[in-house]
Amino acid sequence: MDLAALKYAKTHEWVAIEGDVATVGITDFAVQLLSDLVYIDLPKPGKALKVGESCGEVESVKAVSDVYAPLAGVVTETNPNLGDNTEPLSSDPFGNGWLIKMKVSDLSGLDQLLDRASYEKHCESEAH
Amino acid sequence: MTLATPLCDWHSTHGGRMVDFAGWNMPVQYKGIVDEHNAVRTAAGLFDISHMGRLRFTGPDAREFLDEVQTVDLSKLKTGQIRYGFMLNESGGILDDILVYDWPDAPQLVVNASNREKLLAWMTPLATRYAVSIEDLTLTRAMLAVQGPHAIDIAAQLLGDEVRQLKYYTGKPMTWSNEPVLVSRTGYTGEDGVELIIDSGSAVALWQAVLAAGESVGILPSGLGCRDTLRLEAAMPLYGHELSEEIDPLSAGLSFAIKLSKAANFIGKTALEKIANGTIPRPRVGLALDGKRIAREKTAVVSGENVIGEVTSGTFSPTFQKSIAMAYVDAAFAEPGTRLEVDIRGKRESATIVPLPFYKRNS
Repeated sequence: MDLAALKYAKTHEWVAIEGDVATVGITDFAVQLLSDLVYIDLPKPGKALKVGESCGEVESVKAVSDVYAPLAGVVTETNPNLGDNTEPLSSDPFGNGWLIKMKVSDLSGLDQLLDRASYEKHCESEAH
Repeated sequence: MTLATPLCDWHSTHGGRMVDFAGWNMPVQYKGIVDEHNAVRTAAGLFDISHMGRLRFTGPDAREFLDEVQTVDLSKLKTGQIRYGFMLNESGGILDDILVYDWPDAPQLVVNASNREKLLAWMTPLATRYAVSIEDLTLTRAMLAVQGPHAIDIAAQLLGDEVRQLKYYTGKPMTWSNEPVLVSRTGYTGEDGVELIIDSGSAVALWQAVLAAGESVGILPSGLGCRDTLRLEAAMPLYGHELSEEIDPLSAGLSFAIKLSKAANFIGKTALEKIANGTIPRPRVGLALDGKRIAREKTAVVSGENVIGEVTSGTFSPTFQKSIAMAYVDAAFAEPGTRLEVDIRGKRESATIVPLPFYKRNS
């Protein structure tokens, strides 16, 4: 996965866009911060999401974190390899650990997301 | 202002993820909670617990004073013995859970970091009636915990075989590298081990010496994250979770630590006698969840449509690979085997009442 080709939300979701279909996951930074993942809860296909709406949970030993929809649209697919099994997300957050695919209703939402350089800067400021 | 232990710099330069805990800048983890947890269960872990309050009581009335303000019977305590007990309010509610140490020179208490200032403020007016001085050693001493099946071997490399003679819940002043160290066979993990109190200036050197001595067995520096998962598996209560000023030790299932036969009339005794003669409406219980989601603090415990209790601590147990929790539930639902549900952020999960502790080491 070319990380520079992805878009990022400040809440640590990444988006890969192909036509009007977005693949959404959470970043390595978020996975490291959570560490010791236990459980992943994802929305059902067909669920309509607004930008910034909570659409899932990633639970670690330490804390539970919401996953927020980085774009508006409808969930078309969720990663069948995740749930009780969190290993794909721990080991490959930008690949096998993707969370959901969605049909995006408004592509202009992409302009509100960060590019890789801005996201890295954002992480640095949060890590501090 | 955030307080720092003498090891704070070591933690931040060795991968410690630092968080504020009870006003102290403390490492929650280095390598990861689960790795550190497993190291303590199978080999050894080293904890900086310098944030715990260390209070020393001197003067002719020190023991008499302590007999009034906490539950352990000082008149029965022998030099070198350590007992778990409580400071209570008049209603029997827990101001803190403490360890009482009868060191050769003077008794000491180890209290929770979150309660140290509250307790000092509470004790000061009571102490005016006695010839006693309360010395707060928290900022001038460090405290380290070496815990795990190899902990005693590691400690013996530094302190000699004397440490092997220590019985559980006893302590002795020893020397390491010409420095006095108070050594006690105590801990908060459910494993065997020792806790070491040393002058702050020697804390880093002792810390590094313990890590070096334990390297061959895989000792890990261990943070507050795994301290919590370890104590939870061992069903040890944590103040602010299982214990508070609204909870008494009997409801908390800690009657083993209460001797109502104690002659001295300690604060809260009358209230405890009343509670002991009645029934406990909401005892502390263990919960094992069917699924992997974690029922954290304040999660409602439900039966049908009724909320019948509340979770005080929950985690995913690294040892059992299971979601576990402690809770207070109505007595009618407290029997092991009872099936219940917990409401985790609006979604119900099934759970069963199980006996505590979840984990007990083979000794």
